[in-house]
Amino acid sequence: MHIVICIKQVPDSAQIRVHPVTNTIMRQGVPTIINPYDLFALEEALQLRDRHGGEVTVLTMGPPMAEDALRKALTYGADRAVLLTDRHFAGSDTLATSFALSRAIAKIGEAFGTPDIVFTGKQTIDGDTAQVGPGIAKRLDLLQLTYVAKIVSVDINGREITVERRSEGGTQTLMSKLPCLITMLEGTNEIRRGSLDDALRAARSQIVKWNAADAGIEDLTKCGLRGSPTVVKRVFAPPERAEKAEQIDTAEKTPRDLAEELIAGIFLRQPALESELAFDGE
Amino acid sequence: MLSTNRESPPPAAGRAAMKKELPDQFKDHRHVWVFIELERDQVHPVSFELLGEGRKLADKLGVQLAGVVLGPPGEATWFAIAEAFAYGADLAYLVEAPLLADYRNEPFTKALTDLVTNYKPEILLLGATTLGRDLAGSVATTLLTGLTADCTELDVDADGSLAATRPTFGGSLLCTIYTLNCRPQMATVRPRVMAMPPRGNNKIGRVIQHKVSMIEEEIVTKVLGFLSDGQSATANLAYADVVVAGGLGLGAVENVKLMKKLARTIGADYGCSRPLVQKGWMPADRQIGQTGKTIRPKLYIAAGISGAIQHRVGVEGADLILAINTDPNAPIFDFAHLGVVTDAIRLLPSLTELFTHRLSPHSRDKLAN
Ligand SMILES: Cc1cc2nc3c(=O)[nH]c(=O)nc-3n(C[C@H](O)[C@H](O)[C@H](O)COP(=O)(O)OP(=O)(O)OC[C@H]3O[C@@H](n4cnc5c(N)ncnc54)[C@H](O)[C@@H]3O)c2cc1C
Repeated sequence: MHIVICIKQVPDSAQIRVHPVTNTIMRQGVPTIINPYDLFALEEALQLRDRHGGEVTVLTMGPPMAEDALRKALTYGADRAVLLTDRHFAGSDTLATSFALSRAIAKIGEAFGTPDIVFTGKQTIDGDTAQVGPGIAKRLDLLQLTYVAKIVSVDINGREITVERRSEGGTQTLMSKLPCLITMLEGTNEIRRGSLDDALRAARSQIVKWNAADAGIEDLTKCGLRGSPTVVKRVFAPPERAEKAEQIDTAEKTPRDLAEELIAGIFLRQPALESELAFDGE
Repeated sequence: MLSTNRESPPPAAGRAAMKKELPDQFKDHRHVWVFIELERDQVHPVSFELLGEGRKLADKLGVQLAGVVLGPPGEATWFAIAEAFAYGADLAYLVEAPLLADYRNEPFTKALTDLVTNYKPEILLLGATTLGRDLAGSVATTLLTGLTADCTELDVDADGSLAATRPTFGGSLLCTIYTLNCRPQMATVRPRVMAMPPRGNNKIGRVIQHKVSMIEEEIVTKVLGFLSDGQSATANLAYADVVVAGGLGLGAVENVKLMKKLARTIGADYGCSRPLVQKGWMPADRQIGQTGKTIRPKLYIAAGISGAIQHRVGVEGADLILAINTDPNAPIFDFAHLGVVTDAIRLLPSLTELFTHRLSPHSRDKLAN
């Protein structure tokens, strides 16, 4: 079976700082990581390959330095890595991104075998949209299974797949067909430590590098800023709250005293709450 | 009806200058639509929150507000329509078919895309729920239009374009996004980000029924089962009036109990910051914040939570935020209303005890005995 997984190299947003005057992101020195949700998807892809045989191809679209993320994925055990990089992709929104990635996946299919499953993480931590996965599925006319918590079974010969999918207030069990696109939820598995063999192979591996033309993209108006119906008009910092929290003086007070003051403070500000809070027995 | 806004002069230079004349095929797109999310016969409250926002947009544009209901034949869909009218919709579009009983991407995408193509809205809003995001991505890609996720603010600018503001870079910044030269302009909004509008008494409006051009045999994906989270569980956190939450400051998994006990005592729901989920001290759907739930309670008590931006964006809508933290410089004090610099592990049991006294004469009697 051939599995393609899309990953993204993202800034470790926990360490991002915003320039206080210009309101721009200060990227310098901010380390990059593989989007954490993509790692769950990668692990799932590797497990399926280990169980059913076949190959895992990782794909990323990004600047040349995104190669680092691909190498990392190879050390975890992916078999092949494709970097889609071209300055024509700069400024892509989710629609343009899903276009470029879907073309590259089609090309991967021609070059290395049609994928049975395409994986993505449920969303990225920098864009946070959860839109690229469904976009790719639509463009490639693949069945889409989003927010998948668990792959229950895959029947390669029967071309069937059963998954558990999170929905509002519960878990759906869905049966669908291959090929399909899956967006993977967090917390379902933990990425393996790659073996020494994998590390050696990753160091030796050639990363396949494609520009737009290599990926079979002729119509550049569908890429980058030109292919993006949305534009960012304004970027700004969230408004500051004028006053800080009113502090309860803690000097020489027992927890009981403080609790008393806190409760008084709550009901002073929200008198209606007193009648609404319920005592719940045990 | 034409809006007066449309006659306003175009905005000056800047990025908006990229906006060109809208292509002819989109010129007759009118009205604001809100997708009314109906899953397992329940309308998701986010749909009403969106109707509240949609109403404001429609009034500014001088157009009508429509609710879109997709579902199986039966009472639930008509109930959803009546509710949509009560929350401000002028009209409703309805597609009823047995194959819309359980949510599946294929028939829902088909039905919603057909509706848009036929009736041409200029703005289409959906909840950023698992269902809404699954559907919005497919519909926007099918229609090749712009979609802005997780908006925190929606507005129309002088020339009638949708200005959709959303957090970016994990909440550190906000950005305002426009959809140029395509219609509809699509956006999703997370539950509880917009305030719930008042419920009116209007139960009547125009209902336009449309058929879905798909049959069950064409749909590959089948629903084998559904396991509900049940009454007690986490689904309600976003809608709780009072929420108590703990962070890494609780120090150890045993201390999570102190926080839960306080919650139980005052009839609150409980949640946590992200590291507690990562440590396995709490399930993922208890997480509050950017990558967890957005809450909007009347009272939020945060114990041992630093108040990182990713947490802040999930709780900012609370009426009263109370922070317990040992560090006087913790960022949570920048947006909390009431703070106490102290050890939460020592304070929580006292809080629980005193609340018990204050709230329940009955229990006081019990303690006395
Ligand atoms: C992409 C991304 C998404 C994220 N999404 C979320 C999200 O949705 N929700 C979320 O919460 N976080 C999220 N985070 C993580 C976030 O950046 C913070 O790391 C996290 O919120 C910190 O949790 P904390 O405050 O519990 O822990 P810490 O930052 O470790 O803070 C613990 C606090 O407890 C205080 N403390 C210590 N001991 C005590 C005591 N005995 N009594 C009282 N106070 C004490 C300390 O002074 C400190 O302020 C995200 C991060 C990233 C990068």
